[in-house]
Amino acid sequence: MAFINYSAREINCKLVYYGPGLCGKTTNLKFIYEKIAESAKGKMISLATESERTLFFDFLPLSLGEIRGYKTRFHLYTVPGQVFYDASRKLILKGVDGVVFVADSQEERYEANLESMDNLVGNLREQGLELERLPCVIQYNKRDLPNAMPVDELRAELNPQGKRHDFEASASSGKGVFETLKALAKLVLLDLRRSK
Amino acid sequence: MSLTPQLVLFEEDHKKIVAVAERLVSEANAKAIFLVDKNGQLIAEAGELKGIDTTSLASLVAGNIAATGGLAKILGEEEFPIHFHQGARDSLHITLVAQRIILVVIFDERSSLGLVRLRVKKASQRLAEIFEQVFKKTAAVFDEKGLGAPFAEISEQDIDNLFSD
Repeated sequence: MAFINYSAREINCKLVYYGPGLCGKTTNLKFIYEKIAESAKGKMISLATESERTLFFDFLPLSLGEIRGYKTRFHLYTVPGQVFYDASRKLILKGVDGVVFVADSQEERYEANLESMDNLVGNLREQGLELERLPCVIQYNKRDLPNAMPVDELRAELNPQGKRHDFEASASSGKGVFETLKALAKLVLLDLRRSK
Repeated sequence: MSLTPQLVLFEEDHKKIVAVAERLVSEANAKAIFLVDKNGQLIAEAGELKGIDTTSLASLVAGNIAATGGLAKILGEEEFPIHFHQGARDSLHITLVAQRIILVVIFDERSSLGLVRLRVKKASQRLAEIFEQVFKKTAAVFDEKGLGAPFAEISEQDIDNLFSD
């Protein structure tokens, strides 16, 4: 559901980082914000509580360059992960072009990952979208922690058929962050090619 | 499945939209006008834009409309179509046009809420007509032939180049 502006020669796409509370969605965006060239990024906005939990969303606009004469802009959003902010998550998913599902690899967050994935599927369905048909990549975050589960076990639940690109990451150090973003951006842009 | 873009804006329609926005700036004595779609994409702007981060503005206005739209539903309202935020210096007047476009007027003491309301009402009708055409054209593009060139030719290499730095 990109916005294509022939007048300004721009393609605008909305990418949403989804996942359970404290899985590292905001950390992904912060890392991208820190590392990307000044010319390619806008201001990062975080609507967060005083304890730095995302209240509504984080927003980071990226302008990566041109494809065939069109500026490509990606608007990156995170949702609030905490269970009781579901109304806000639904709002942010509106008009989404692609989703990064950030899973927390820690054993004690296993159930929270599954719950969040179910929540994503349900909230997309409410707006007539099937996750199966939407560009989506999965990131297994916090691989650096000692209590991280084996990736195969996470994959068995979150990407059982292996249809999705998935990445191991440690967003606090930046490992896997750009690989994840790049994979999703690619899927979303290639989807434009298929648009009909 | 294919993605159906929410909005495809052709040059001739963009020009018409900007013309209405520019006229509204002058008739309402406004500082600036923005048109944003409900997903947070900036569509057009007019007036004094210096010092305003328009991308952030668009995203936050859309978030604001989404949140108050959620509130409206809780109260059994379809939507709150008019919003007004009064500041010490600048004020914001926000309305919905054609159900999915947000018209933002920024004004200061050179204008008044009454004048802005009056002028917005008239401009909204004109904008609604233009956007109905834009939506129809968008739908037609996808029903008939897809986006076509140059989007149909995007290659993996093109995308890799975006991330080459």
